[in-house]
Amino acid sequence: MLLTIRSLTKTFPGTRALDAVDFDLRAGEVHALLGENGAGKSTLIKCLTGAYQRDEGELHLDGAPISPASTQEAQALGIGTVYQEVNLLPNLSVAENLTFGRQPTRFGMIDQRAMRHQAEELLSGYGLGVDVRRDLGSYSVAVQQLVAIARAVALSGKVLILDEPTASLDARETAMLFDVMRGLRDRGLGIVFISHFLDQVYEVADRATVLRNGQRIVTEETARLDRLRLIEHMLGHELEEQTTEGARHAAQPAAPDERALHFDGFGRRGKIEPFDLSIGRGEVVGLAGLLGAGRTETAEVLFGVHPAQSGTARAPEGPLDLGNPRAAIAAGFGFAPEDRKTDGIVADLSVRENIALALQARRGWARPLPRAEQNRLAEHYIQRLDIRTSDAEKAVGDLSGGNQQKVVLARWLAMNPRFFILDEPTRGIDVGAHAEILRLIEEVTEDGMSILVISSELEELVAVADRVIVVRDRRHVAELTGTEIATDRIVRAIAAPDAKAGEAA
Amino acid sequence: MPQAIRRVLPQLLTLLAVILLVSAFFPGFLQVDYERGRLVGPIIDVIKRGAPVALLAVGMTLVIATRGIDLSVGATMAICGACAAWAISSGYGLIPALAVALAAGLLAGLWNGTLVAVFGIQPIVATLILMTAGRGVAQLITEGRILTFTHDGFAFFGSGAILGLPAPAVIWVLAAILFTLLVRRTALGLLIESIGINRRASTLAGINSRVLLIAVYMASGFCAAWAGIIATADIRGADANNSGLWLELDAILAVVIGGNSLLGGRFSIAASVLGAMIIQAIDTGILLAGFPSEFNLVIKAALVLVILVLQSPSLAPRMARAARRRRGTPVGRTAAREAGE
Repeated sequence: MLLTIRSLTKTFPGTRALDAVDFDLRAGEVHALLGENGAGKSTLIKCLTGAYQRDEGELHLDGAPISPASTQEAQALGIGTVYQEVNLLPNLSVAENLTFGRQPTRFGMIDQRAMRHQAEELLSGYGLGVDVRRDLGSYSVAVQQLVAIARAVALSGKVLILDEPTASLDARETAMLFDVMRGLRDRGLGIVFISHFLDQVYEVADRATVLRNGQRIVTEETARLDRLRLIEHMLGHELEEQTTEGARHAAQPAAPDERALHFDGFGRRGKIEPFDLSIGRGEVVGLAGLLGAGRTETAEVLFGVHPAQSGTARAPEGPLDLGNPRAAIAAGFGFAPEDRKTDGIVADLSVRENIALALQARRGWARPLPRAEQNRLAEHYIQRLDIRTSDAEKAVGDLSGGNQQKVVLARWLAMNPRFFILDEPTRGIDVGAHAEILRLIEEVTEDGMSILVISSELEELVAVADRVIVVRDRRHVAELTGTEIATDRIVRAIAAPDAKAGEAA
Repeated sequence: MPQAIRRVLPQLLTLLAVILLVSAFFPGFLQVDYERGRLVGPIIDVIKRGAPVALLAVGMTLVIATRGIDLSVGATMAICGACAAWAISSGYGLIPALAVALAAGLLAGLWNGTLVAVFGIQPIVATLILMTAGRGVAQLITEGRILTFTHDGFAFFGSGAILGLPAPAVIWVLAAILFTLLVRRTALGLLIESIGINRRASTLAGINSRVLLIAVYMASGFCAAWAGIIATADIRGADANNSGLWLELDAILAVVIGGNSLLGGRFSIAASVLGAMIIQAIDTGILLAGFPSEFNLVIKAALVLVILVLQSPSLAPRMARAARRRRGTPVGRTAAREAGE
C-alpha cells in the first residue's frame, strides 16, 4: 500500500467534517474520491496536504507514519496536489514555472539553457508540443493543467491529488489529461482523482471511495461498482426505503393550463443545454440531479442571471423578456438563491429593509415605500414565517441561517410573484424551519403561485413536487410525474444514462 | 431624530474637542464680529475655507457607501474651474459658465461611473485615470496658464456673503442638506447602502446596480464641480495645477472621520461634512496657534491619528475596560472622551 489513512477524524466547531475515515491508495492506481458538497472530500485532501491538522487518526506513506504540517512538507514527502484553478504563474515561461524555486544556476545566475533543458525533459513524457520558453498564460487551461501536473510529479512523485481537474476542460482536453493520468499510473504513481462527472470516474478510475457526511461509505473497484449503487451511496438513499407518504402528486397529473408559463428551447452554452419547460398555475416542479449537473444553472438561466442564448419564454399575455433579473422580476418571477449569504441577504441591512428591498426596487427610487407600510410588511412576515428576531430593526446578518432564509423568502412573497424559483431552500437550516418552509410552499401554491424547487434532498422533492425534472451533465434528461415520483425512481433517473426513467422524458 | 443625533455625536464631540484645543492656544478662535454686512472671525473662516472639502465629502460619502472611492475629485475641481474661467473670460456670462462647469463635473462622474459599473474596473483604478489625466485636461482648457478674469457675479461664489454668511459656506450647507433629503426622503439611500453591502444580492433583488453606481459617481462629479466653482471664484482665476490639489485625500479623510466605513454600506452625509469641518478646524487652528509652518502637516497628522484611533472599533471597548479597572467606574464613554482631550 502506498498511502494508508486510518480513522482520520477532523472536527470543526459544530460539525464533524471527517469521522474515522479509512482510505487506501495503491501505487499504480487511479482512485476516485466521490461525494456531494460537504461530504468531506476537500477536508480529507487538506489533511493530506498539510493545509489542515487532523484531530485523530494515522497517515502512512510507504509504511512510514507521516504528519505533514504544511503543503511544502507534504510535497517534500511525495504528495503533490493540482487544483481546479491552476496555481501557477501565467506571466512566467513554461520552463520557469516548471523549475520555479529550484532553478539551475551558474555563477549564482539562473542558467537559462539548463533550465530550458530540464523543463523539456520534465515534459518529455507528456506528449505536449509546447515551447517551454513561451509564457504559460499563452497556453490553454488544459496545457496549464498538465504543466501543473508535471511540476507536481517532478516535485513529489509518489502521490498525485487531482482536485476536479476536468471542470474547465472540453472533451478532447479531458481525453488528453486522462492519457497523461494513465501514463503516470503505469509509472507507479498513486493518483487521487476528484470529480463530479461520473462518466469520467468510470473511464479513468480503478477504484472509487464514496464519502458522505464525513464518513466513508464504500470503497470498491469501479468495474464492480454499479452506477446506480454508486449514486445511492452518494445521496444516501437505499432503494428499499421508498418515500411516498405525504406526497401531493398522486392525484393530479400535470396538465399545464392556458395560464401557464412556457419555455421552449431555453438554454445557454456552458450552463445548460436547451430545454423545454412549462409550468401550470399553482404547480410545484422539482429539479433533481447531482451537484453541477445543471440545477442551479437552470434556475439562473430562467431568472436572467445568465440570460438564455436560445429559446423563448411565453406567458398567457405574450412573450417574456428574461434578459436580466430586473426583467425577470418585472415578468413576475422571484428567485431565492442557493447561497443566501452571498446572493440572498444584504447582511448589514435590517430585517425590515431586507424584506422591503425587492418591492422597493420594483417601485423605483423616487417612490419610497412608506415607513408604516414597511413596518407592516415586516411584522406580517415575521409573524407568518415565524422569523426569530428580537425586532424588525435587527441586522439580518445577525440572524441564524434558517431565519435568514425566511427573510429572503419573505422578500419575494411580499412581491407576490407568479413564478418563484427556490434553490435549495432548506439547505443548512434546522428541522423545524425545514418543515415550515415546506408547509409554506404548499400554502402559496394554493393561491396560484407556480414554484420551481431545487433540492438535493429527494424526500423533500417527493413531498412537495407535482412533477420532478431530472438533470444530468447539464441537460434535462427525465421528467417524473404522478406515482413515478419516488426517491428510488429519481435516483435511477439521475444514475442511468439510458435507464427507463419516465415516459415524459 | 434622536437616532440621527446619536449617529453624529462622536463627530460633534470631536469637533468640540478640536475647537477647545485650538482655543487654548488661540483664545480668540470663537470670536465673531459683524463688519460691513458680514460675519467675520476665525470660526467663520473655518466654515468658508472648508467648503471645497465639505462639498467633495458629500459626493464622496455616496461613492464610498457603494464600496467605491473617487480619487478624481481634485482633478475634476480643476477641470470644472477651468471650464468656468474659460466661459467667463470668453464673455459667455454667469449662467452659461456655471452650466458648463456643472456639465463638466457630471461628465467626469459619468466617465468614472461607466468605467466602474459597465467595465467593472476597480473604483480606485478607474478614478485614478481621471485623477492623473484630469489636470492635463484642465491645462488644455486654460492653455497652460492661470486663466484670470474679472466678473463680480462669478466672484460672488467665492467671496460674497448671503445673510452675513460666506457664500461658499451657504453652498456646502445647502448641498449637504439637499443631498441628505434626496437620499433619505426617497429610497435612494437604502438602495445605495444595499449595493454597497452586497451588490450581487441587490442585483438579484431587482436593484439596478449599474445605473445607481453611475449616478453616485455623477453626484460626486457634481459636488466636485461646485467645489471647483468656489475655488476658482475665490481666487478669480483657474489654476489647473493647484486647484483642488490633494483635496480628494482630505475628502476621503473627512468621510472616514465621519465614521463611514470604506467597505461601503451605512452612511451619513452629516457626519462626513462634520469630518470636513474637523479637518478645516485643525488646519486653520494650527495656523492661528502660531506654530512655525513646517510643523503644520505633522501636527495635523498627529491629531487625525488620535481621532481615528479613538474611533477605532477595536480600541474603544478596550479603553473603556481599562478605565473601568483603573477607577472602578462603569462609564466607558467618558473615559474615552477624556483621553481625547
